[in-house]
Amino acid sequence: MWLDEYQAKNGYAAARKAFADMAEDDIVQTVKDAGLKGRGGAGFPTGVKWGLMPKDESINIRYLLCNADEMEPNTWKDRMLMEQLPHLLIEGMLISARALKTYRGYIFLRGEYTTAAKHLNRAVAEAKAAGLLGKNILGSGFDFELFVHTGAGRYICGEETALINSLEGRRANPRSKPPFPAAVGVWGKPTCVNNVETLCNVPAIIADGVDWYKSLARAGSEDMGTKLMGFSGKVKNPGLWELPFGVTARELFEDYAGGMRDGYTLKAWQPGGAGTGFLLPEHLDAQMYAGGIGKVGTRMGTGLAMAVDNTVNMVSLLRNMEQFFARESCGFCTPCRDGLPWSVKLLMALENGEGREGDIETLLGLVNFLGPGKTFCAHAPGAVEPLGSAIKYFRPEFEAGIAPTRAGELTQVVTPTMVGA
Amino acid sequence: MKIVQKERGWVPDGALYAIGEILGIPASDVEGVATFYSQIFRQPVGRHIIRVCDSMVCYIGGHESVVDAIQTKLGIGLGQTTPDGRFTLLPVCCLGNCDKAPALMIDDDTFGDVQPAGVTQLLEGYP
Repeated sequence: MWLDEYQAKNGYAAARKAFADMAEDDIVQTVKDAGLKGRGGAGFPTGVKWGLMPKDESINIRYLLCNADEMEPNTWKDRMLMEQLPHLLIEGMLISARALKTYRGYIFLRGEYTTAAKHLNRAVAEAKAAGLLGKNILGSGFDFELFVHTGAGRYICGEETALINSLEGRRANPRSKPPFPAAVGVWGKPTCVNNVETLCNVPAIIADGVDWYKSLARAGSEDMGTKLMGFSGKVKNPGLWELPFGVTARELFEDYAGGMRDGYTLKAWQPGGAGTGFLLPEHLDAQMYAGGIGKVGTRMGTGLAMAVDNTVNMVSLLRNMEQFFARESCGFCTPCRDGLPWSVKLLMALENGEGREGDIETLLGLVNFLGPGKTFCAHAPGAVEPLGSAIKYFRPEFEAGIAPTRAGELTQVVTPTMVGA
Repeated sequence: MKIVQKERGWVPDGALYAIGEILGIPASDVEGVATFYSQIFRQPVGRHIIRVCDSMVCYIGGHESVVDAIQTKLGIGLGQTTPDGRFTLLPVCCLGNCDKAPALMIDDDTFGDVQPAGVTQLLEGYP
């Protein structure tokens, strides 16, 4: 959708409202009151993140980054938004930039999204020509330049401090926090990093208000608004839908995705991307919001679920996933760099029926050693969450990979005899 | 590095020193960055780059048989280039086409619902 059509459908109305009637702090407070949470997977409250930006007016160089380095397996919501509604993202960034007083913004787009890059660049050029980006936007005296930066390809660039390093042209190793990017970000300046979908929520909140936004979610949900949710795998109708928080996973799976294809049954499912744990069909009644999925023991993640059918061996699937995580580890901290390839080695042995006694315990040990709080960033905890849950629910499949001890390899135990007795 | 690569197709050793000199940083730092990213090539690649998504949804969708079909057809493994310099075959992170798994990319074009039987025809579009 290009500028004319977008404006005809009330596009940039929220930006006009924010520029004409709202002070910077009002915008931040509105987003905070609306309860908008980050849509990148971690679910950190956006208003709180914005509130962390320094109040000191003398720091006049600030950056707004849009995290569009979407590489999480089974996540394609941001691609859809950027390809089909590039102006929605630009409007969201424009309002956010005003609220955070950032003079420059970057959309950090992954290199493989060539269509999204084309559409975003065209939309940015259109907005610039219409005076919606650049100097003195909408006569407010506020300047904001927006650039599309295409990355060079690495999963870890989606981690916000790694993204900052990558934008600066360095290796994308995550940085130690604190200091948080709000204090020391790109080129040492205050920086705010938000996901594409998060920023795309901002215009609607500004245009229609907090009460309206809060009324969207289903009863029982603690999260506000709507979320792009999807289902993939061997379901009848794989796809992506904007749904209110709090719908049950069963509704998503049966009504929207149409259930499993003929001849397949649901064995397990993952609520939101590779870094979330596996759940069983009996968990489908969980409500899709952070706390609802939390109740059944994992995280909502990106909200794009994957169905595992009865033909898939969990050990092989996990081997594929851990190969991915091991390859994409930045190699900076030891548990992740050494632990993930080790888990791949063990899983390959189990897959080929060459596992040894104790391998499953070693894997569970790795799940513990690579868990939350033990590594620099969330890469390793995300990598072992599916592994831990797969062993929990499907342990017999892992046990089946342990080779029976062959008699010939047994060491004969000889009882020692006392000399000189 | 992206500029060098656009002109030459890959980043040779000499370019690392030249880039380091322009930016005023050691060539080892440039090499560190070059080897970190999957889209910077430190050896010559083919005219066309095939990137096969190997993430879990494509795994469930049967991407391994697609990779096998391409490998058999071209006679190369992952990370290798055909002797005639036509194709380089690489794995890639999730391409965001999970609803149409398995997916792959050839140069800037993305394809979904790829089946092993359709591989030959697909490759013929890239001489």
